[in-house]
Amino acid sequence: MTIFAKLTGKGIRFISQLGELSILIWRMIKSIPLIVKNPHLTSEQMMLMGVNSLPLVIFTSVFTGAVSAVQAAYQFQNFVPMRYLGTAVGKAVIIELGPVLTALVVAGRVGASIAAELGTMKVTEQIDALETMALDPVRYLVVPRFMAGIIMLPVLTIIADLVAILGGLVVAVNFLNLSSYTFLNGVRLFFDLQDLFAGLIKSVSFGGIIAIIGCFQGFRTTGGAEGVGFSTTRAVVLSSILILLTDYAIATIIFG
Amino acid sequence: MIEILDLHKSFGEKKVLDGVNLTINKGETLTIIGRSGEGKSVLLKHIIGLLRPDSGRVVIDDQDISRFGRSAMVDLRMRFGMLFQGAALFDSMTVDENVGLGLREHNVFEEGKIRRIITQKLGQVGLSGIEQIKPAELSGGMKKRVGLARAIAMEPEFVLYDEPTTGLDPIMADAINELIIHLKNTLSITSIAVTHDMVSAYKISDRIAMLYKGRIIQTGTPEQIRNSDSEIVQQFINGRAVGPITNDKS
Repeated sequence: MTIFAKLTGKGIRFISQLGELSILIWRMIKSIPLIVKNPHLTSEQMMLMGVNSLPLVIFTSVFTGAVSAVQAAYQFQNFVPMRYLGTAVGKAVIIELGPVLTALVVAGRVGASIAAELGTMKVTEQIDALETMALDPVRYLVVPRFMAGIIMLPVLTIIADLVAILGGLVVAVNFLNLSSYTFLNGVRLFFDLQDLFAGLIKSVSFGGIIAIIGCFQGFRTTGGAEGVGFSTTRAVVLSSILILLTDYAIATIIFG
Repeated sequence: MIEILDLHKSFGEKKVLDGVNLTINKGETLTIIGRSGEGKSVLLKHIIGLLRPDSGRVVIDDQDISRFGRSAMVDLRMRFGMLFQGAALFDSMTVDENVGLGLREHNVFEEGKIRRIITQKLGQVGLSGIEQIKPAELSGGMKKRVGLARAIAMEPEFVLYDEPTTGLDPIMADAINELIIHLKNTLSITSIAVTHDMVSAYKISDRIAMLYKGRIIQTGTPEQIRNSDSEIVQQFINGRAVGPITNDKS
């Protein structure tokens, strides 16, 4: 097969997958009003995606904040007064690190689990079984996960922001000879509500991406255990790429 | 009545169904036999609209379901029940939730009546007192029976059985066969089964159709199939490794 034919084949597959994804998103949007029929499905997913992800998000955030403080202090040496350390940590965490790292951690944990669960349901014909019972798998499986994603990611992000700033504070006070007042005053000094909104807009988008890509890859699963493995990997990789691309796009729109 | 007319279906380069013509009469049990990978399950999935044909028609009570939109398909599926090869029970739900899912989601009855129906359907398949158990704790035979209870929970007109006895020991397989016959006799269900288990096919069927190379090559009563002149049919029903099916590599 020539390189041209291979590229053409890949291009056609890509466009076809994009079409399938668009159809899934459209069907999901149409089914969102029906969420009131099964509110428990969404609350279960909120628990799985949000509450159960909390320990991992807190662990990641503590060290994100701590490392940010150490790195910022290193770069400030002899150039910038240390009272701005809190500003640097706060800005970096609220605008960028909080939303993006939380999303990447949740993509690894929850996106993979969604793809694996739906993929297993696909290969064991459970999704076909739903259809034969005249139940729409999109309404039943995708919508609750999407809603849980767009609700819980911002909540997790706010918690991550707070914990990360706390991590930075601990490092600043214990290892960088800064008082907690100076550090927190620095955080407050240039705090802008727009930064927080930008971070939250990002996290809503990331929550949607993680859920939709996880579901999409799950629905496309073929074969057995090997197919589920491929779908899980693809879900995490694709979600992570889309999170970073969306992060750039939103940053350009808001701050560009 | 279900009519399948000149049905064609390919997956990529692979032609699976190549002009299937078949009629299933009301109230009968028709079994489609054929080798693994021959397209039996694909044919079954066309009947319930899980797959759309490349060309040809599936006509149910004079309506061509190949042209149905989503909402018409929902109405159609309310008339069907399906037992899947691996039972396809929802792992995260109990037996009660599995059997009652359709009833609860479609708001057919109030909760008390739904519970009574679940108990009744589980009783019909010879299971009781397992409502709160999860599928992972059930044996293969029990899973199939719960799957069957779920398939008949909405009192369907048509029940589709995808390899109902595969993977079961002979005694459990016979119990499932007896259940299928019992359900047909008591509920007047039109049944379509696909299987390569000839013991099951002879026992449950009013008619048997053999699928070979994407087409139905013979249809008849179990007796007619047993005495078929076709060497292909004879090789398959007698399970011979050598014969026209295995000699023909095309």
